[in-house]
Amino acid sequence: MSDRHIVSVFQQELDTIKTKIIKMGGLVEEAIVSSSTSLYDRDAELAEQVYAADAVIDKLEQEINDEAARVIALRSPNADDLRLLLTVIKVSGNLERIGDYSKNIAKRTRVLLEMRTIEGSPKALRRMAREVEIMLGDALNAYIRQDEELARAVIARDEDVDQLYNALFREFLTFMMEDPRNITACMHLHFMAKNIERMGDHVTSIAEQVVFYTTGIKPEEERNKADITSSDTTLSNLGPMVIKGKG
Amino acid sequence: MTMEHRKMIDDRKIKTAEMANIDLTELPNVTVGDISVENPRMTARQVQVNYGDKVAIQDVSLDIGSCEVISFIGPSGCGKSTFLRCLNRMNDTIKSCRVSGDIRLNGDDIYAPDVDVVPLRARVGMVFQKPNPFPKSIFDNVAYGPKIHGLADNTGHLKQIVQEALERAGLWSEVHNRLDDPGTGLSGGQQQRLCIARAIAVSPEIILMDEPCSALDPIATARIEQLIHELSSEYSIVIVTHSLQQAARVSKRTAYFHLGRLIEVGLTDKLFIKPQHEMTNNYITGRFG
Repeated sequence: MSDRHIVSVFQQELDTIKTKIIKMGGLVEEAIVSSSTSLYDRDAELAEQVYAADAVIDKLEQEINDEAARVIALRSPNADDLRLLLTVIKVSGNLERIGDYSKNIAKRTRVLLEMRTIEGSPKALRRMAREVEIMLGDALNAYIRQDEELARAVIARDEDVDQLYNALFREFLTFMMEDPRNITACMHLHFMAKNIERMGDHVTSIAEQVVFYTTGIKPEEERNKADITSSDTTLSNLGPMVIKGKG
Repeated sequence: MTMEHRKMIDDRKIKTAEMANIDLTELPNVTVGDISVENPRMTARQVQVNYGDKVAIQDVSLDIGSCEVISFIGPSGCGKSTFLRCLNRMNDTIKSCRVSGDIRLNGDDIYAPDVDVVPLRARVGMVFQKPNPFPKSIFDNVAYGPKIHGLADNTGHLKQIVQEALERAGLWSEVHNRLDDPGTGLSGGQQQRLCIARAIAVSPEIILMDEPCSALDPIATARIEQLIHELSSEYSIVIVTHSLQQAARVSKRTAYFHLGRLIEVGLTDKLFIKPQHEMTNNYITGRFG
């Protein structure tokens, strides 16, 4: 396939958008890792950096969307160019949300640094974040290479992140039952875990966009949702048990 | 059409085929996508057209459905207009042109020896790139076809046919009080709608349009496109266009021609989002060449 447009300015515009989405993806990957590391290393300065970097991510999203809208309006793109522009708008939105979740983790890290540590949890959170970051890296590589197989593999891996979240959810419940002084810290940690679980969903959404970009068809099959914390009644029954135990 | 004009067209066609410098060996033998439809009004099978010893199109098979709008797109010299002109035997006017294959209108072979092309061209009407009203009044432009085909019983009936055709072409309200004015005095867009009224006055089954909007401004173009949409409930419309956006806007199916072959045909919304053939993708994204 000849991959250059006859109108070179059009080609440049598409290249600029691609460059920006790669840059944005890189920044978001860094934000995921830095936010969880700041918690693990109890590094307030790193948390601060995540906070500051989010503004750059937000700005890039705006630029990508403006540029995509402009190209759609002026160039009336078709076929793979159209699919690139349609997906780039959604992907940049997903990346921006992941950036926001990282920022929220950094924000909670600053609060947690003032509290007693919960053994093991920061490490588990960092592992979960690392998993999501690798998934995101693969999703972005699949986007650039138009690799449907890799994108589908990423979609399948979201289940692992959900499993990690379920395990952490149980762990936090146990900590809170053991000692009510853990409740505030565990609530923050739980929100962090939920943030990372949601990041996984956004990465999955990016991978789904890659499948559409590559094949022109949106993946239809219902993917496995392994997050059972919102539907498992045995977990919600633990609540009254805590009160009963302390009563 | 003067002899000089005819020769000019003849020369242009030969030149186009020469310029295309067709090397059919590198092209796929099979059209991608479904060439057939459920209720075909017209079926073309293995159509080949030669200008002298030059092959202009080869092995083109395609159905035109009832009441569907289908667009032919492709680079200049790809054979889309040539194929269009096979569908009502307009290529007969070019001396060096030879058409082979099988083209049927509602099952009737239109190239059968006993077929009279005059009624055929009433059944398969044509609208050209440049509006070409006769140097007659607006009324006579539309009345001409029904008169020669003997469709009107009397003057009152003829008037009724003319009015209906002008109404369907969306022109009646603009010209009803000046039907005796010359057709050539209308604006470009109005002239084109007059030509469409002239084509539909003889109740065709198919209307062929060869770049009908390329000489019109965007407003006149929008009017023609709206008209195509309205007419599609009654007629099959085949439109050759260089405007990809126009093909995307008006047609249900799109056929992509390249170097005399029908490369791909499919539903327009599918073809413009994810074409199956690389050549189609390269052409509609502007990477061709």
